[in-house]
Amino acid sequence: MGRYVARRLLQMIPVFIGSTLVIFLMMYSLPGDPIRALWGERAPDEAQMALIRERLGLDDPLLVQYWNYLTGIFQGDFGRQIGTRREIYDVISEALPATLRLTGLALLITAVVGVGMGLIAGLRAGGKTDRGILFVTLLLISVPVFVIGYVYQTYFGHRLGWMEPVVQDDQDFAQLWLPALVLASLSLAYVARLTRTSIVENRRADYMRTARAKGLPAHRIVGVHLLRNSMIPVVTFLGVDLGNFMAGAVVTEGIFNINGIGNAVYRALAAREGATVVGIVTFIIVVYLFITLIVDLLYAVLDPRIRYA
Amino acid sequence: MPETADLPGAPGTPAASLAKGAVPAQTAPAGPAAAEAGPAPGKPRSLWSDAWYELRRRPTFLVSAAVIVLLLLIAAFPGWFTSADPRFGDLEGHYLQDPQLTHFFSPEWLGYNQQGQSIYARMIYGTRSSIVIGISVTAIVLVFGGLLGMIAGFFGGWVDAVLSRVTDIFMGIPFLLGSMVVLVSFDERSELTVTLALAFLGWTVVARVMRGSVISVKQADYVAAARSLGAGTWRLMLRHVLPNAIAPVIVVAMVALGGYITAEAVLSYLGLGLTEPAISWGGDINRAQDQIRVAEHVLLFPSILLSITILSFLMLGDAVRDALDPKLR
Repeated sequence: MGRYVARRLLQMIPVFIGSTLVIFLMMYSLPGDPIRALWGERAPDEAQMALIRERLGLDDPLLVQYWNYLTGIFQGDFGRQIGTRREIYDVISEALPATLRLTGLALLITAVVGVGMGLIAGLRAGGKTDRGILFVTLLLISVPVFVIGYVYQTYFGHRLGWMEPVVQDDQDFAQLWLPALVLASLSLAYVARLTRTSIVENRRADYMRTARAKGLPAHRIVGVHLLRNSMIPVVTFLGVDLGNFMAGAVVTEGIFNINGIGNAVYRALAAREGATVVGIVTFIIVVYLFITLIVDLLYAVLDPRIRYA
Repeated sequence: MPETADLPGAPGTPAASLAKGAVPAQTAPAGPAAAEAGPAPGKPRSLWSDAWYELRRRPTFLVSAAVIVLLLLIAAFPGWFTSADPRFGDLEGHYLQDPQLTHFFSPEWLGYNQQGQSIYARMIYGTRSSIVIGISVTAIVLVFGGLLGMIAGFFGGWVDAVLSRVTDIFMGIPFLLGSMVVLVSFDERSELTVTLALAFLGWTVVARVMRGSVISVKQADYVAAARSLGAGTWRLMLRHVLPNAIAPVIVVAMVALGGYITAEAVLSYLGLGLTEPAISWGGDINRAQDQIRVAEHVLLFPSILLSITILSFLMLGDAVRDALDPKLR
């Protein structure tokens, strides 16, 4: 187990360097000049511009800049925004709690509702309930997230007044339910379909017949034997999806006016603040890499036949 | 989102099950039982003729295929479906005018937008960009990802190690955010720019599935037989491995197509997709959001058409997967 984790951590290093390098090169080959933008509509002073470039190290070759950036990150230094002079570390850590609350809530909704729907559909495979649930999931998958956002906001928020249409205080979980529901809707549908397929496959397994023959109560058969064995593909999907949640938050946070990571990255893109974009994407990549590792380790918990030497 | 292709965790598993099923179907001559159900008795049945036979009898396939044919027609010949000019705006006469059902498919039957342009005409003319982007991203991803996956799976060893790490690297970058970073650098974005941006990060899923599928196929006896008869590497790859390994890849690509159309719409919605004067559903939905409290129809109708389009491609992908997977029969 320890050796497996160590090997996986080592394998992460080239992937981490590669992904961040790609995103770094993409961002810094952008046209548009934030240094020039400091002057706004006034004529810039060439000498001052050159001085700022030199101080920020923007004259170095891209690979040298990348190396400086990477070593900085490992010392907790994400650099500063050019326009606002703020530490990018502060920008990220200020935006993070709201996004964490939002994605956490969305993950909870996805897991509970998605698995629940999949379980009900899988146990009644071929029936009317099953077909109904499958249709609802297809609908959720095919309606883009921003449309769902506006529909929920208009009907649940404005017309029915059940929930706050716009989030005013992102510390208040009651206000976050609506955006979390929107963010979760796509993954929820995928989780429901995955769970259903998995349940249908495992329902006829030998251990199910054994469990029934032993006279176990139905809730134990379904809850312990069936559900636990059907969770592996679902857990994989949920893990990979957490990264998507953070990216999908760009749309959801925009609609509901939440000051999170998604909003921060969108603003940074619009302002051509390369370092901020790279910082946030790097953060998401790290989260993604660690979650895939945790998911792989979870397999062994779910299925004792899987062991990591 | 496209990277959430409708697949369980390990892309190798469905590929393996599909490919194993494909082998006997392709090589076995038609027995009596097969001839009874098969389309052409006496001839050996391939996986594809089986799948086609299966597909023709599925209502979901027929409905989604009919919708897609209609959408393709609209994309190719928008002028057949409306006489109105999608760019002509009459702010005085038609500003945010409600739908008026004088008769179906007239310019005013779905109302007018904030520029006084006919919503119906804009929906019709917006179809082309969504369809073109969806199909061309899928095609590029299939060729590029498929080639990379096949080389990695077929040669194995250090080639596989290098290509798989490259795939991992691109898979680690969030799809939507990465495309946004690519697209923000262009001031004018055409269909080509958006297509290339989506394909740039989208090929990884296809490459992985192709690799898994090729690995499971290349161990088959007929590959060893062809090799011992002296078939060269390229002949082995193209004539023996590719036809038997492609089925799961086609399925993934078809499901992903709907995802690429969604991605295009989301990018346009964020203001990072197609730029004016291009007409696109996502862009129109983006511009409609300010009016949502006073005129819902401006946002509603393009959204419905967009959702129907994505739904039909997803249903088609689902049907093809079911038909190609002998395990489910």
